[in-house]
Amino acid sequence: MGRYTLRRLLQLVPVLLGTTFLIYWMVWSLPGDPFAGKCGDRPCPDSYINAAREKFNLNDPLLVQYAKFMGGMVQGNFGETLSGRDAIDVIAQAIPITIKLAIVALVLEALIGLGAGVLTGLRRTGFLDNLVLLSTLLLIAIPIFVSGFLAQFLFGVKWGIVNPTVSFEAPWSELLLPGFILATASIAYVARLTRTSIAENSRADYVRTATAKGLTRSRVVGVHLLRNSLIPVVTFLGADLGALMGGAIVTEGIFNIPGVGGTLFRAIRAHESSTVVPLVTFLVLVYLLMTLFVDLFYAVLDPRIRYE
Amino acid sequence: MSEPSLLDTGIVGGAPEAAAAADAAGTADKPRGLWSDAWYDLRRRPLFWISLALVVLVVLIAAFPQLFTSIDPNAADLKRSNEGPSSTAWFGYDLQGRDVYARTIYGARASVVVGVFAVAFATLFGGVVGILAGYFGGWVDSLFSRIGDVFYGLPFVLGAIILLFTFVGSAVNPSKTKIIFLVILAIVVLTWPGYARIIRSTVLSAKHADYVLAARALGARPSRIIFRHLLPNCVAPLIVLATINVGAYIGAEATLSFLGVGLRPPVISWGVMISDMQSYIRVAAHAVLFPAIFLSVTVLSFVMLGDAVRQALDPKLR
Amino acid sequence: MAEVLTSGRSAGPDAPAGDHLLAVDDLRVEFRTRDGVAKVINGVTYHVDAGETLAVLGESGSGKSVTAQAIMGIIDSPPGFVTGGEIRFHGQDLLKLPADRRREIRGDGIAMVFQDALSALNPVFTVGFQIGEQFRKRRGMSRANAQKKAVELLDMVKIPHAKARVKDYPHQFSGGMRQRVMIAMSLALDPEVLIADEPTTALDVTVQAQIMDLLAELRRERNMGLILITHDLGVVADVADRIAVMYAGRIVEQANVFDLYRNPCHPYTRALLESIPRVDLKGQDLNTIKGLPPNLLRIPSGCPFHPRCPRREDPICSTEVPPLRPLTGTRASACHFAEELMVRA
Repeated sequence: MGRYTLRRLLQLVPVLLGTTFLIYWMVWSLPGDPFAGKCGDRPCPDSYINAAREKFNLNDPLLVQYAKFMGGMVQGNFGETLSGRDAIDVIAQAIPITIKLAIVALVLEALIGLGAGVLTGLRRTGFLDNLVLLSTLLLIAIPIFVSGFLAQFLFGVKWGIVNPTVSFEAPWSELLLPGFILATASIAYVARLTRTSIAENSRADYVRTATAKGLTRSRVVGVHLLRNSLIPVVTFLGADLGALMGGAIVTEGIFNIPGVGGTLFRAIRAHESSTVVPLVTFLVLVYLLMTLFVDLFYAVLDPRIRYE
Repeated sequence: MSEPSLLDTGIVGGAPEAAAAADAAGTADKPRGLWSDAWYDLRRRPLFWISLALVVLVVLIAAFPQLFTSIDPNAADLKRSNEGPSSTAWFGYDLQGRDVYARTIYGARASVVVGVFAVAFATLFGGVVGILAGYFGGWVDSLFSRIGDVFYGLPFVLGAIILLFTFVGSAVNPSKTKIIFLVILAIVVLTWPGYARIIRSTVLSAKHADYVLAARALGARPSRIIFRHLLPNCVAPLIVLATINVGAYIGAEATLSFLGVGLRPPVISWGVMISDMQSYIRVAAHAVLFPAIFLSVTVLSFVMLGDAVRQALDPKLR
Repeated sequence: MAEVLTSGRSAGPDAPAGDHLLAVDDLRVEFRTRDGVAKVINGVTYHVDAGETLAVLGESGSGKSVTAQAIMGIIDSPPGFVTGGEIRFHGQDLLKLPADRRREIRGDGIAMVFQDALSALNPVFTVGFQIGEQFRKRRGMSRANAQKKAVELLDMVKIPHAKARVKDYPHQFSGGMRQRVMIAMSLALDPEVLIADEPTTALDVTVQAQIMDLLAELRRERNMGLILITHDLGVVADVADRIAVMYAGRIVEQANVFDLYRNPCHPYTRALLESIPRVDLKGQDLNTIKGLPPNLLRIPSGCPFHPRCPRREDPICSTEVPPLRPLTGTRASACHFAEELMVRA
């Protein structure tokens, strides 16, 4: 197990470096004027450009720039926003809310997705199965901002059941609807993944053995079948937490949630790259770390992996 | 009371040989291959026909918008700003007095072009990389796989934001083609590893097959081996992925436009339309609703089509 | 009535005739597929008593495994359906039992060992868990005691360092060891009948011999009835007392092992024996049986073997189904010319 962990960590490092380098390169080194659009809609004043060149080490060769950039990041220095605040502070304030939202989405997708997937996986034909298959397709296909708008319009404005936008403290109850919207595509994936996994495993030899041993149906399904079938699903759920945090941009934007995504949303619209870059970098790092944890967790779930 | 029997739920496997022998025999003792089996299954799915019809319709609209409307999508009549649907303008007018129906029809082209071309290029690029990595193995494989991992590890929306954000700023008044090209490029750059992986794993598993070894022993050139023996195996999963991804990319383009980093005026696309009018949803819901419906239905039909094909090709789900 | 099934060991040779420990009687099973109905089992009758080994021999598609699954009650239904016959255990027809009674017999009265131990064992649970499960769930033992019993069983099947290995996962064992684990698991509840479905097909020849010896020894010690399903003639000779040869869902010949090998009374059995490569006939062409096993959706009329039979005689062979007729003693053969073949030896 220790060797497996080490290997995954080693595999993570080049990906981490590669991704952050890619981000850095895309922002600062693509052809064109790196300062175009960095100061909102107006061209940047010369004083700003000179100061920024010095600050962002743009006069150094690319790799040195990148090294200094990474060095700064490791120390928690993600740069400054246009208004002079430390990016890390902005992140620190916004991140708890985004985490809350992501957790709401994760719980919803686990409950609804697993439930639908288990029910239809065991019985692969019939009305319920077709219903689930169709509705998951719908959930995957409709872009989040469409469903977000629709939900906001119907539940918030027209029927007035909930607040159209989320207040600053973002209590759990107000996060239910946005959380559901954020989770729609994932609910669909989890349901389908569970269904497929259970369907495939139902035909497995070990299920036949368990039945031949004379175990009750509930034990064969509930213990033997599920324990195997849920491995890919649980892994997906774990990885999804990181993805949800990164993908909450649209949802937080629509519902005006003051999380990382919402801040990012506004910064994009205002062309503030000094805010955009640190936030995006941060979200990418979170996502990569989450995938690492998930891989390690996978080894806990599936003993065959541990000894690779 | 007696418990419902496991026999009813179809959980426990029976005699695979017997059923397989019966199935494999086919009608009139003709063996059935993967494709004819799949077609047999596909023909009988109503969802397949529905989604196919919709896809064909959307492609027609994108290719020949003139067939569906004679109104100029850019003609603005400010007096009609935000007017609702009527008998002359089925979908009403937007903020600048432009006919929403015409714009929706013309908007199909940009969305479909982005979807189709992004899939085409990503498949091509990802495919080449995947083949090279799978066939040659060794350091070539390691290198390409690492690079693929880097792009794969970048969440799509975030990566697209970074890529396109910089271009939003740097280009002052880009042409329509340039904008569309950039969005396609961004999508391809961020999603090619998906295709590469599929092709690579098919190539890897087929590489050691006896028929490939035989071909090599007979002196076949690598290109021949690749095209005749290895590629056909990966066609099935690729078709499924490509079809579904056309829908996904159309949705992605709309999301990016909504965020402000994707297509933008003067390009007309459904995402642009929704993005433009989102703040006016309460007074001119029709201007957002109709493109949203068209968008959702289009994405849905591609995804449904891809899903139907996948179910037909996957024997395990029967 | 129910208690009779799980207590007491009866139906040995002194039992009333016809009251065998386990008797399959004119069993019929069909599989309803998209392309038609496949008649997989067409009137199979055999039995096994305590302390004896019955080998069921046949090619792929002969129906030998499906019969075993029908006995255990684990046929996938749909598409499989039992359409006739009886399966009597201690005289009672299993097919007429309610589902929970049938379940209780599994593992306890009749147990089964499968071919590929790697896929037949659950990969995410330790072998100790899977063996101990029988004791915990069916006998109400505590976790600790169940674990102890599991170690005992692993010892019994001669797995070294049983105490340590009980905590290992199936993929950590070699093929032969895994098969021993499966055998241990099947014997946990002391079944009266053990069905071994191609237990050695996936193993090396040397390991095969070891497993066969183990099965024979265990059967002796526990006085079980053993049904050994296989397609391998070599494996059978050492271990079996009686052999039933199956073809196209029917028994075509039944005899004790000596009689069968010395003097087969069915053209199919004869052809099978002749197709075994023999060291003393080196240099000659191998004998084969022409043709292929029949498509079960369209079984030939009359005797199902007639298209491939060297002894075939029209019109009787292609129009009349030969019944499984007793010859002498306990021998039986399903051939119109069985007596003639018998004398020929």
